[in-house]
Amino acid sequence: MKRLISLSLICLMLLPLLFSCAKNETKGKTLYVYNWGEYISDGSEGTLDSNKAFEDWYYKQYGERVTVVYSTFSSNEDMYAKLSSGSVSYDVVVPSDYMIERLIDEDMLAPLNYEKIPNIVNLAPEFYGPDAEFDYYDEGNVYSVPYFYGMIGIIYNKTMVDKEDLGSWELMWNPKYKGNILQFNNSRDAFGTAQYKLGLDVNGSDEKEWRLALKELRKQKDIVQGYVMDEIFNKMEGGSAAIAAYYAGDFLAMYENNNDLDFFYPKEGTNLYIDAMCIPKSSKNKELAEAYINFMLSEEPAVANALYTYYASPNRVVRESAEYRAEMEGIMEGAYELMYDTADVKATAYKNLPGDQLALINRLWEELKSDIEISPVIYVLCAAIVIALASFGIFFAVRKKLRNNY
Amino acid sequence: MKKFLSSGYIFLIFAILYAPILVLIVFSFNEGGSLSEFTGFSFTWYKELFNDEQALTALKNSLVLAVLSSCIATVIGTFAALGLHHMKRKALKGAITSVTNIPMMNPDIVTGVSMMLLFVAIATFFKANNFMGFGTMLVAHTTFNLPYVLLSVTPRFNALDKSLSEAAMDLGCTPARAFFSVELPEIVPGIVSGLMLGFTMSLDDFVISHFVSSPNFQTLPLYVYNQTVHNVKFSMYALCAIIVATILAILLIVNFAGSMGDRRSRRAKGGAR
Amino acid sequence: MKRKSIFQRMAAAPHIVWMVMFIVAPMLFVLYFAFTDDKGRFTFDNILSLSGYSNVFILSIAFALIATVICLIIGYPLAYFMSKASPRTRKLLMVLIMLPMWCNLLIRTYALMALLDNGGLLNALLVKLGLNKLYIVGSDFGVILGMVYDFLPYMVLPIFTTMTKLDKRYIEAAADLGCNSIQTMTKVVMPLTVSGVISGVTMVFVPSISTFYISQKLGAGKIDLVGDTIERLFKNTSTYNVGAAVSLVMMVLIIISVGIMNKFSDDDGGIIV
Repeated sequence: MKRLISLSLICLMLLPLLFSCAKNETKGKTLYVYNWGEYISDGSEGTLDSNKAFEDWYYKQYGERVTVVYSTFSSNEDMYAKLSSGSVSYDVVVPSDYMIERLIDEDMLAPLNYEKIPNIVNLAPEFYGPDAEFDYYDEGNVYSVPYFYGMIGIIYNKTMVDKEDLGSWELMWNPKYKGNILQFNNSRDAFGTAQYKLGLDVNGSDEKEWRLALKELRKQKDIVQGYVMDEIFNKMEGGSAAIAAYYAGDFLAMYENNNDLDFFYPKEGTNLYIDAMCIPKSSKNKELAEAYINFMLSEEPAVANALYTYYASPNRVVRESAEYRAEMEGIMEGAYELMYDTADVKATAYKNLPGDQLALINRLWEELKSDIEISPVIYVLCAAIVIALASFGIFFAVRKKLRNNY
Repeated sequence: MKKFLSSGYIFLIFAILYAPILVLIVFSFNEGGSLSEFTGFSFTWYKELFNDEQALTALKNSLVLAVLSSCIATVIGTFAALGLHHMKRKALKGAITSVTNIPMMNPDIVTGVSMMLLFVAIATFFKANNFMGFGTMLVAHTTFNLPYVLLSVTPRFNALDKSLSEAAMDLGCTPARAFFSVELPEIVPGIVSGLMLGFTMSLDDFVISHFVSSPNFQTLPLYVYNQTVHNVKFSMYALCAIIVATILAILLIVNFAGSMGDRRSRRAKGGAR
Repeated sequence: MKRKSIFQRMAAAPHIVWMVMFIVAPMLFVLYFAFTDDKGRFTFDNILSLSGYSNVFILSIAFALIATVICLIIGYPLAYFMSKASPRTRKLLMVLIMLPMWCNLLIRTYALMALLDNGGLLNALLVKLGLNKLYIVGSDFGVILGMVYDFLPYMVLPIFTTMTKLDKRYIEAAADLGCNSIQTMTKVVMPLTVSGVISGVTMVFVPSISTFYISQKLGAGKIDLVGDTIERLFKNTSTYNVGAAVSLVMMVLIIISVGIMNKFSDDDGGIIV
């Protein structure tokens, strides 16, 4: 009886499944997109769902149904691991500049056919064309189309941080805020914060300098609350932490939910990054992928995405859109300037590093992560448990022996 | 007094055990997006959840995977139990049983990692891309379901009366026919409970799936994980509330309706005697 | 007795093939990766490089040990009191203790973190009452608390099951022979429930030592356990070898500790569930 009921429950649960399976099979080609988390307009709260909009647009244009399978990563290194393991294939990926350099070096990207991407003219001249200066990672944009860009800065909670401590990377090392500081959970960005603080070259090749940065991060480990990535959103919005280094656009998204937050670019300099759309060599639907990239450059999705992420857009059409400007100002006074008027911020980009140096960074990162202090309390507790267990064992062994002697 | 103390203790522990889950459920009805301040009652997040295609696909994937993997594991496992039952060499039998139990004894993370190494090796050997996904998940889930199927079917075989199937064969049945018409009906309860166990293990698994899945094929636990490492949408709380409520309902029905059934059948048996 | 038919002899064959392919082969891959470098040459470097992780191992074992003992201290009386309840309440309590077990671990851990976080509900309440905030997330205490919270039901259920199966007449006999309640407890109830305790301890210790989600959430990525290390090393193709070495050592550690635990039990081996 018991089992009959559970069996029928399972059957009930399976019914909708059969229907949904049947529905699925009518769909045609599939486009696999791999992007950062929280990096595309997803249709929540009445906004445009960019991926769905692409499906509809493609159907209207070519009369063919396509499905976008969209998945997300939380660091360039994670993305690289998935892509290079060869066990998954994607049609569009959106890594950052230095990672694109690496992918090009390792011959993992396919050159783009710009005849299929006519909307490329929408990009601002500094990002595409003869005068482009922001194509340092991919000369002439052979493999990549910029998606968003921005800089790293420090987000802090005005109610928890004193004014006189602001302005510099020192804030993230200030023992006053012990337990309230969040550090990046990826090696390049975390080392970057220490390197900028110490005035070191983030692309340097000197092992000693990297070790210095590691020493600085070790010092910081005692006072940070944790190493996190996108968990920062919930932690900063909920007031669980006071200070975090993160990407400027994300600050605006957090500010929307918590007006106590504020932001600055540290005076010692910081990182500039460009995230760009690329097509991996292993893609099976290159033309569809190009159509996707092209669509994302057109006005409606580009504006919607820019208003979802709040990152700086390389797209002229977005910057000139009155709606975009108005909405940006609506979040916070000076939001537009924070993202675009950054000429006076000292910023450098990460460059791809040679293999042995990447291995070194990996090793140093492991050293940082596995460097844990075990508090005496833990030792005492464990010793007590082991002693208790041992004496228990001896007691029973002795008693057993005594009894057997009878 | 003693009674009071013991029920107080039970109540206290259960209160602590349930507090976080209850808070989550209550705040899934919260109008504003906060976990520390309740601003108003609304179903907003539930509505959003049902419009979230990723969550719905993940649910569908989870169910398909759980059904298929538990069915395959049940078929393979039942025949394996049959084979082991008739096996004479004790050493071989012991070896097979202990190897089968490895995924049950090993921590999930080691099982997941080892499977991943195997799949990556196969993928590089055949230069296949897009190798991880539904197929690898199905294999992994079937593998960790197998010991549970064997665990629930083997005792049934051991309780079988051998003379029955021998009698069937004396009367002209082939061994296969004897198995299907005499032994199988006797072990069905074991098969069903193995199937159920596998189904729930597969639905619940996160760690092994984490290593052998691709981001293109998400199950419900993987979806929850991806939510919690990004900016958590409040619809996830709604999802959690629904999951908890469903499990509670199933558990209550199975246990209490089951006990009513048991009592009735016991009474019926008593009457017959 | 007739000779075994082909059907009976071959019934286990698919299972054996599956086992070799998906249980034995992956384990061999772990071994292979642990003892080779990234070019496939034999080396002990991976194992030797683990000395850098000695603190991680010590901390993981310590946390798992402490969490297990706390679970036992809380769980044993709970199971005892639960078994004393009336049959109907007992059934309800059983459902209540099983619900968290069936409920995904991710959800419960996340719920706990959301409740305890510095800006969470608990701290909001404390501030309202004019008390100091508790910084639990990101501390050792937080991770141990997470383990106890997540795995307590796994300790209670097997103990509870053995206690309900305990023959009441033993206790009555002990009382008749002049035992007081403490003596009955230590001389009759405890020795007879050792098997439940052993399987409870195994079911708490093994997942505690290998977890990575709990330390990720309640340790905020700062407290690195063996599970976190394995997970991180397997994110990067170039560190698969060290990752395999860490997994191998953890597997050996667990086999040893489970072996020690089984030494404690008088009957052969613990019963799982």
